[in-house]
Amino acid sequence: MNDFVIETSGLTKRYGDLTAVDNLNLSVARGEVFGLLGPNGSGKTTTILMLLGLTEPTAGKVRVLGLDPARQPLSVKAQVGYMPDEVGFYDELSARSNLAYIARLNGLPSSEARRRIDDVLARVGLADVADKPVATFSHGMRRRLGVADVLVKQPKLIIMDEPTQGLDPEGARSFLQIIRQLKEEGITVLLSSHLLHQVQEVCDRVGLFHQGRLVLVGAVPDLAQQVLGSAYHIWLQADGPAASLNPALQSLPGVVAVKQEGPDRYLVEATGDLRAEAVKAVVSAGGRLLGLDVRTPDLDSIYARYFQEVKNVAAS
Amino acid sequence: MSLQAEQTRAPAKREGSPWTGLWAVVAKEMADHLTGGRMRILEVLIVLTAAGTVYAATQNLKATVGQDPFIMLRLFTTAQEPLPAFVGFLGFLIPLVAIALAFDSINSEFNRRTISRVLAQPIYRDALLFGKFLAGLFTLALVLTAIWLLIVGMGILRLGVPPSGEEVARGLWFLVACVFYGGIWLALAMMFSIIFRQPATAALASIAVWLFFTVFWSMLVRLIAPILSPIQIGLPQEILARAHLELMLSRISPNTLYTEVMFALLQPNVRSVGFVLPIQLDGAILGTPLPLRESLLIVWPQLTGLIAATILLFAAGYVLFQRREIRA
Repeated sequence: MNDFVIETSGLTKRYGDLTAVDNLNLSVARGEVFGLLGPNGSGKTTTILMLLGLTEPTAGKVRVLGLDPARQPLSVKAQVGYMPDEVGFYDELSARSNLAYIARLNGLPSSEARRRIDDVLARVGLADVADKPVATFSHGMRRRLGVADVLVKQPKLIIMDEPTQGLDPEGARSFLQIIRQLKEEGITVLLSSHLLHQVQEVCDRVGLFHQGRLVLVGAVPDLAQQVLGSAYHIWLQADGPAASLNPALQSLPGVVAVKQEGPDRYLVEATGDLRAEAVKAVVSAGGRLLGLDVRTPDLDSIYARYFQEVKNVAAS
Repeated sequence: MSLQAEQTRAPAKREGSPWTGLWAVVAKEMADHLTGGRMRILEVLIVLTAAGTVYAATQNLKATVGQDPFIMLRLFTTAQEPLPAFVGFLGFLIPLVAIALAFDSINSEFNRRTISRVLAQPIYRDALLFGKFLAGLFTLALVLTAIWLLIVGMGILRLGVPPSGEEVARGLWFLVACVFYGGIWLALAMMFSIIFRQPATAALASIAVWLFFTVFWSMLVRLIAPILSPIQIGLPQEILARAHLELMLSRISPNTLYTEVMFALLQPNVRSVGFVLPIQLDGAILGTPLPLRESLLIVWPQLTGLIAATILLFAAGYVLFQRREIRA
């Protein structure tokens, strides 16, 4: 009826006096890769558990694929794949047996299960070690087996809690590649992380958690604008009279500030990517362009700035 | 908003059967039990005990073959110095096996961090817990049945007499009693595995309870009974009341219940497991066997007691498990 895979309104979870999740309103559209960000203990995992019906909300509403996870958990869990932050397997069983158990719990007929298990193991690159006990697997292999485990049931929504934690850069890169493929197949992905640059690479939108509240939601550039004011930093190296270049750059629409950092160096803070306009402005003001660089906003600085602001507010 | 409209249409009860996925859990857990090293050790232990005691018993029984209509049942109950009877061994082997099967059933899922992955599948928690319990009970039943068949087979070979229908029926009822006696310890160990995060703690707690009932309970009963039912003048009523109280108290222990069931089922001439006053024996022909129906009637309360205790302990564990937060 609507294209939201996840919808929550006023979702709240309290453990005694502690409010783990506070009045959460979140919508994730079909086919989107959404990143939940925040420091440890900010309510990301609790939110995920409520989405799966593994924890009952104290208040508020949740809809996952149009269903209520607290009342229709079986239908929800049949279509949602969940990879916990520390994914565990039965060490004495082989990778294949571990997946076979999951397939049986999902009620798959054994021939279908065998086919799917071969498929997913090949897909995550574990086909060679399919019959080895999981006890012999490295951390990275376990993570990939975790993905295979999620894919066996062919979910419409995949929820991953800290998927790249503890992976080496190569492992993390191939992991992100897998997430991109999932997106191409039209699977919605919700992932939580505090490794910001990785999240930034794959997520369409992110939500920033702070003490149980979702404080910022949006695409990374939008957030940058919201938090940093100006999202794009453009470095210019240009010969010419500073007196005429400076105002020319300043007058461009979308420019927030222009700083002169050296005799021929300028830093333009803008709300958009204004490289072409800046070049034109420099040339028309009689300058010679020598160098140009742009730094797109990154999540790390948004994150750092946001929490710095929060601290300042708290202190004052 | 659409969200609100949907909320009102959502069913009030949770959907689907709580037993979805039950048999998948049972199959997986039984496979684990039967291939695990722990069970192998216990199986060897039981088989050795059975072989030893039954061999000793057959030595003893060879003299009376032909005179005793229940020779096969005697295999279980005959003791030959220095070995006690096989049923004596079973009294503590069954709790041992049951505790070994269940003391790490739930906490190991938490410790291996498999619990959230398993519960993220379309099953309820009920199926996981009940599946694990059933798998334990089936494994126990399988082991006990195998031992039972071995003993009967050995008896036929060594004594040369096939068991009668009555003996087989009594033996099967005895098997049922054994399984539920094990069920109590299985449910108890499973409950401790939900309460305690560390498997070692759960195992210790289970063994402590077992020791309490096998060793200390009878002592305690002898301490408590005089306080609750003092003998002031020495009237026969007072002495009888004290004896009754002692018996009732000792029946709180599952070991007592099990022993009584065992006696009545395996020794057909047992007429009562409680007190018999001389006046009640008027007209009885002592030493004659009772039919199975009568023997069952004598220990029916004990048998249902064993089953009820199993169910109660499982229910307690079930409630604890449902309330448990899944996040590690």
